[in-house]
Amino acid sequence: MPVEIPKDTWSGSVCTVTLGATTAAGGTRSHTVTVGGHKTLPFMHFEQPMAHRPVIALEIRDRRPDDWSPLLLEVWGNAVDDPASWANAGEKAGADLLVLSLSLTGADGHPTTPEAAVAAVKAVLKASGLPLLVFAPGQADLDNQLLVPVAEATKGERLVLGICEDKNYRTIVATAMANGHLISTRTPMDVNLAKQLNILVRDMGIPADRILMDPTTGALGYGIEYGYSVMERLRLAALQGDGNTQSPMIVTPGAEAWKAKEAKVGQDVPAAWGDWRERAITWETLTAVALIESGADIVVLRHPESLRRVRVASDDLMAVPETI
Amino acid sequence: MALTGIQIYKLLPKTNCKDCGLPTCLAFAMKLAAKQMELSACPHVNSDAKSQLADAAEPPVRLVTLKADGHEVKSGNETVLFRHEKTFFNKPGLFIRVQDDEAADGIRAKVSAADTYTVRYVGMDLTLDGFAVQSASSDPARFADAVSAVRAISKRPLILIARDPAIMATGLRAIDGESPLIYCADAGNWQAMADLAKQHRTALAVCSDKLDELADLTGKLKTKGVADLVLDPATRRLGTSLIRQTQIRRLALKKDFRPLGYPIIAFPCDASDPTQESVLAAQAIAKYAGFIVLNHFAPEMIYPLLVLRENIFTDPQKPIQVQPGLYEINDPKPGDPVLVTTNFSITYFSVANEVEGAGLPAWLLIVDAEGMSVLTAWAAGKFDAERIAKAVKETGVARKVARKRIVLPGHVAVLSGELEEELPDWEIRVGPREAVDLPVFMKQAL
Repeated sequence: MPVEIPKDTWSGSVCTVTLGATTAAGGTRSHTVTVGGHKTLPFMHFEQPMAHRPVIALEIRDRRPDDWSPLLLEVWGNAVDDPASWANAGEKAGADLLVLSLSLTGADGHPTTPEAAVAAVKAVLKASGLPLLVFAPGQADLDNQLLVPVAEATKGERLVLGICEDKNYRTIVATAMANGHLISTRTPMDVNLAKQLNILVRDMGIPADRILMDPTTGALGYGIEYGYSVMERLRLAALQGDGNTQSPMIVTPGAEAWKAKEAKVGQDVPAAWGDWRERAITWETLTAVALIESGADIVVLRHPESLRRVRVASDDLMAVPETI
Repeated sequence: MALTGIQIYKLLPKTNCKDCGLPTCLAFAMKLAAKQMELSACPHVNSDAKSQLADAAEPPVRLVTLKADGHEVKSGNETVLFRHEKTFFNKPGLFIRVQDDEAADGIRAKVSAADTYTVRYVGMDLTLDGFAVQSASSDPARFADAVSAVRAISKRPLILIARDPAIMATGLRAIDGESPLIYCADAGNWQAMADLAKQHRTALAVCSDKLDELADLTGKLKTKGVADLVLDPATRRLGTSLIRQTQIRRLALKKDFRPLGYPIIAFPCDASDPTQESVLAAQAIAKYAGFIVLNHFAPEMIYPLLVLRENIFTDPQKPIQVQPGLYEINDPKPGDPVLVTTNFSITYFSVANEVEGAGLPAWLLIVDAEGMSVLTAWAAGKFDAERIAKAVKETGVARKVARKRIVLPGHVAVLSGELEEELPDWEIRVGPREAVDLPVFMKQAL
């Protein structure tokens, strides 16, 4: 019985965004990374080849994090005390991209200074040739104070600056445009809020090939189903031709999963949770893979073993012959 | 695919005899389309129309149920490709596989541990569904022994795996009278397997790496009288499985293609890299498998998979919520603090479990935030000072405490000013952002 396989055809497609600039293009990156460009749903190779594979970013910090799980601090060892060493270790672990998260305060408890932020970014750029994303702490005034000098000091690198939210995006978008960088927007797990913010940042004149969007996710067990379905809906809308949903999607399963008690904590938990390390890595890995399959173009992870496992999975998802 | 009222009407006698109790055949057709009446209410409909209507009433993905001793695994009856379109209905069964060439002690230990495994998640006790016993030795007696050994320990539903009908027959005899799922029929053995399936009234899995052949086989098996079929498209890798299972679901739902309108069985147990077993299983949960066979029993792998299955199969139209109100944790006294959060059930259980687990007494005030988590509810304007103040008044918590202290989640520290205005005689404190940090906060800061 011949079976005719139904194929979807779509009028819209996801924007193509290139992160990082090489020396030839005015930056200092050893290579660039391109995401997006999809013309159909993730990994449906029999309809259209995947334009670009999903990429894995590793999150590092400008200083030793105060609230990270001991499992993470242990695996990165002394590297967590120095962003440049951490960047190196992350590149060795196989990351495609680095995310440098700036802390709210320095180790002394005072707010992070613009000088410290610029120094950390420059140290990371010097240590690793990977394209870089720089995320400010998430408090409007401080974010602007830190990101503007960072953007100016790294002009032309095509960094991704984040995070643009509805209450604070103007300064970040303006400095990204003035200095040849990209932006990442974030909205709380809602299709319409994501579209709205996209309209607002585009109104400022930033071109679509410089925008990533983070629709936000929850970890496995903590609301992943909301993030998962919002991403599926955004990707379907993008393919149906809705221009305000066509930015490549970035999500942070690492940060979310490692906030969950199941990953963070090893003591005083039920025996039915099993081995702590393996559970934590599984928590991060499954959160990330589920989101990649729902449309994530960039997943930001924290543990090198999760990174390895997500890489194996994404290689397998990409290695399908178009004949199947 | 469901017929419209007009399509049904064309199959009815069109005599308006009123014997069904309705004034016209068209009215009756409309009731049938809305599934508010049964066709049997019409005494005059002819057998040809009956069979056409019965076929049309079949769900696009057939429901296959495995039962054993009160346990039940239902798979199929799905109606959408994406959970946001409606919901996914029947959670895939998770089965642990044992092979008959494993040592008997090992089989017993694995099955005992997996059979009694239970883990609590947002107030629910989650368990595995059953076991798969695979013939690896090619020895019929060993297969039967392994089946008996598993059945002696666990009463849960079973899947028997053997390609040789003679070996399968000995396995089935070992649990005579039961109806497991048997795996599998293929192009070579399907007639003998169909006989076994009919004899023991079992569901039968069908395997082929070609969709054409798979559809051929299900057609032949259906003609032979085996109705409960399960599909194995024989993909064992992540990428090919995603595509095949999507294609099968699409054919069933969008093309009403009956030969592939059956649940799918997936085998993460065959992962060549053991760290990918959980990844394959996670994909199978989200992307359309009905039965999932695992090799390892390890709580640190099973717990995340059981949680993922709950998450993916949550009805998106109904966020899981708890009743707003005042909850007493660890028998609180008037001097103990009031902790406030939203009625999203994951939020509630995260907070309640932390406080309860730490043995700290507290009044937990759950605000009606329409089932959203703290940040989402705050962003949507469903968790603000006004709503919190309303919950304080409605629950009468002020009369239960001597010291009026209320702790806000750290994520909504920004609400503290407004809340001071709403509740002038209360002390407003800002707690940690995450529930996991509550015990330390309560011990050190309260």
